[in-house]
Amino acid sequence: MNHALWIAKTGLEAQQTRLAVQSNNLANANTTGFKRARAVFEDLVYQNIRQVGAQSSESTLLPSGLSLGTGVRTVATEKLFSQGNLVQTGNALDVAIQGRGFLQTLLPDGAQAYTRDGSLQIDAEGALVTSSGYPVQPAITVPQGAETVTIAPDGTVTVKIAGQDQATQVGTLQMADFVNPTGLQAVGQNLFRESAASGTPQTGNPSQNGLGALLQGSLETSNVNSVEELIGLIETQRAYEMNSRAIATADQMLEYVNNNL
Amino acid sequence: MDRSVYIAMGGARDAMRLHATQAHNLANSQTVGFKADLTRAESLPLNGPGFQDRVHAAQTGERMPDLSPGLINQTGRDLDIAIQGEGFLMVQGADGGEVYSRAGNLRVDTNGLLLDHAGRPVLGNSGPVSLPPYEKLEIGTDGSISIRGEGEAEGPLNIVDRLRLTRPDAQDLVKNPDGTIRHRDGLASVPDASVVVASGALEASNVEPVGALVQMIELQRQFEMHIKFIENSEDNDRAASRLLRMR
Repeated sequence: MNHALWIAKTGLEAQQTRLAVQSNNLANANTTGFKRARAVFEDLVYQNIRQVGAQSSESTLLPSGLSLGTGVRTVATEKLFSQGNLVQTGNALDVAIQGRGFLQTLLPDGAQAYTRDGSLQIDAEGALVTSSGYPVQPAITVPQGAETVTIAPDGTVTVKIAGQDQATQVGTLQMADFVNPTGLQAVGQNLFRESAASGTPQTGNPSQNGLGALLQGSLETSNVNSVEELIGLIETQRAYEMNSRAIATADQMLEYVNNNL
Repeated sequence: MDRSVYIAMGGARDAMRLHATQAHNLANSQTVGFKADLTRAESLPLNGPGFQDRVHAAQTGERMPDLSPGLINQTGRDLDIAIQGEGFLMVQGADGGEVYSRAGNLRVDTNGLLLDHAGRPVLGNSGPVSLPPYEKLEIGTDGSISIRGEGEAEGPLNIVDRLRLTRPDAQDLVKNPDGTIRHRDGLASVPDASVVVASGALEASNVEPVGALVQMIELQRQFEMHIKFIENSEDNDRAASRLLRMR
């Protein structure tokens, strides 16, 4: 059958993947700490129809061969870790990371996960948890009767308990950084997991060794640029249509043969 | 039957193959740094006994890429680069040799090695570029990579390496079966200081959708003409056999 049918099919699939990635970005335009992704494409291998240097007659060689490309494939959907906008919320337990790094949390299965979503809360035991209820690591407990909680740019958490004059330090929010954050595995719930591609986490205190500073009372919005995504959607749709046009043309060619021969 | 039917068949087949190339180009209309495939045909006389009145077209589509530049889109990511005007980025191919690339969506692996989108190491002044852990990275217009290492004080960035950029002759370049571009004779690249890099941007595919669609229509009609030709020879053949029929 016509090669073009299958080649254009790979194009349709690629555009569909891209559309899915862009829809996910748009759906998460208002998700705190969300990092947008993009689909990365690559052309597929070329198929030799006629080898370079084949004999064109007994004594002559073809100066060049003939080969056909076989389409496109999606190599990766990579996350883009640019900084999102910082918005003031005034909530004492909201922290935004300005710069590199992730907050660390402990999943129920005992594994570590990393997040840029700093909308922290306090659970029934007084432990500092993420919005999904997973405790931050290292664990920090806010004692009962705490009037105010202060999180310093370097991660120090201090509380002032009612009836006491001095604020007491209850712990330090530590952060982790990776050589290749793009290699982190996004697992949903605003969480990322370490992978072989991301490298091992290097933990440290905020505002030190290249880690970003923590800003209390702010949140980092998603880094999705809606205008850019919408333009991308138009581009994807048109590319999809062009590929289906290629299928239609191939189909008409075959139809013509069937009807006229 | 008249042998011309085979020439028409060859023509129809070639139109179909060219159509496949156009479909390939269109499928890659959103592939970063993709260079459209060009095809060309040449006429080959059909040798044989008797008068040489037949010439058939042979597709000689050595993967000569169309090297015209694609549009440059701003992305703002520090590891996205686009080459302005002519020139290429050098990356290490699967066989260890150098290949030319215009796809500048780079990333860093766990060992600090700078890779392209398909995981091929990007070449610098002396072999693959390796970066220490960094807090801030900038790629200059001349391809120089400067960083501020982790925990270093604010100040001027340190240059750690420079991308190997070249400007080879377009006619010497062919596409590998894996889609990368290489020198026809496998000659080593010569660094060229005049190649300009834009960072925070990517070069889109240079496939021209309108041109590709128009060419597809043209190929379709060409194909139909060849089929029409086959039909005509069939009619001629039928007429000839009617002539010989005994009344």
